[in-house]
Amino acid sequence: MSERLVEGAVIPPFVVENLSRTDLVRYAGASGDFNPIHHDEHFAQAAGNPTVFGHGMLTAGFVARCITDFVGAGNLRRYKVRFATRVWPGDTITCGGRLTRRYEEAGETRVDGEVTATTQRGETAVTGTFTAAVPAGG
Amino acid sequence: MPAIDRELLGVWGPANTMRIETGKIREFARAVKDPNQVYVTDEGALAPPTFLMTIAHWMRDLGETRSAVKLDYRRLLHGEQEFEYLAPIRAGDVLTFRSRTKDVFEKQGRRGGTMTFIIGETEFCNQRGEVVAYMRNTAIETADVVKE
Repeated sequence: MSERLVEGAVIPPFVVENLSRTDLVRYAGASGDFNPIHHDEHFAQAAGNPTVFGHGMLTAGFVARCITDFVGAGNLRRYKVRFATRVWPGDTITCGGRLTRRYEEAGETRVDGEVTATTQRGETAVTGTFTAAVPAGG
Repeated sequence: MPAIDRELLGVWGPANTMRIETGKIREFARAVKDPNQVYVTDEGALAPPTFLMTIAHWMRDLGETRSAVKLDYRRLLHGEQEFEYLAPIRAGDVLTFRSRTKDVFEKQGRRGGTMTFIIGETEFCNQRGEVVAYMRNTAIETADVVKE
């Protein structure tokens, strides 16, 4: 069988449809990040926003799932995300990416990759890079 | 410009303890919509990649990870977040973590005037004394309330 995790390999997309306020509250509780700008409509509007918006790290969590679905949970060695635009309730978020390099390091085969999360408006919400160990047979 | 205590830059803060719990891993995996079975197993569930964000539950305020600065949440943007994974983190582990403000610097923004960048770093050790992860974040405080 040929190798799956090769340079240029496309990471299959993971799509979150219709992000809800409940999703934001669930992530606030799970993570402990209770910045009210993500759940308190009045606070968010007083700060100049039309409504509450998603935690950047919630989108980063969706992107992480997209990566580990492809490289296997427990194989990530490094993961870095940059937050570009915000995501709003009702948004559809599409995560995906590709592998940019395969090499040997620290006694194991590793891959580097680039990932993004984009909204239905075509805006990039999150960009990221990662390094993962290649599992046996990968 | 936030208040900065330059003496605290680069200095590790006090150590805190964080217990990695099966139920918390399940709750977190569900919140990030990841149904992978390695997160819901009863014994030794693996912590998902961004699980270390839950240190917020083990501190009074996430701001303690960057104790050298006092930030205004209405003007705060999360710029970047980075994780370095050195060993697996599983339910049952007891992690000791400590944080420091690595750096603070200013840049001119296109829309919000002067922006202040705050780089924070947290180091995690497990009960066997192994460093298992580093988490680094870049927070940005804008001069004015953030607008789209």
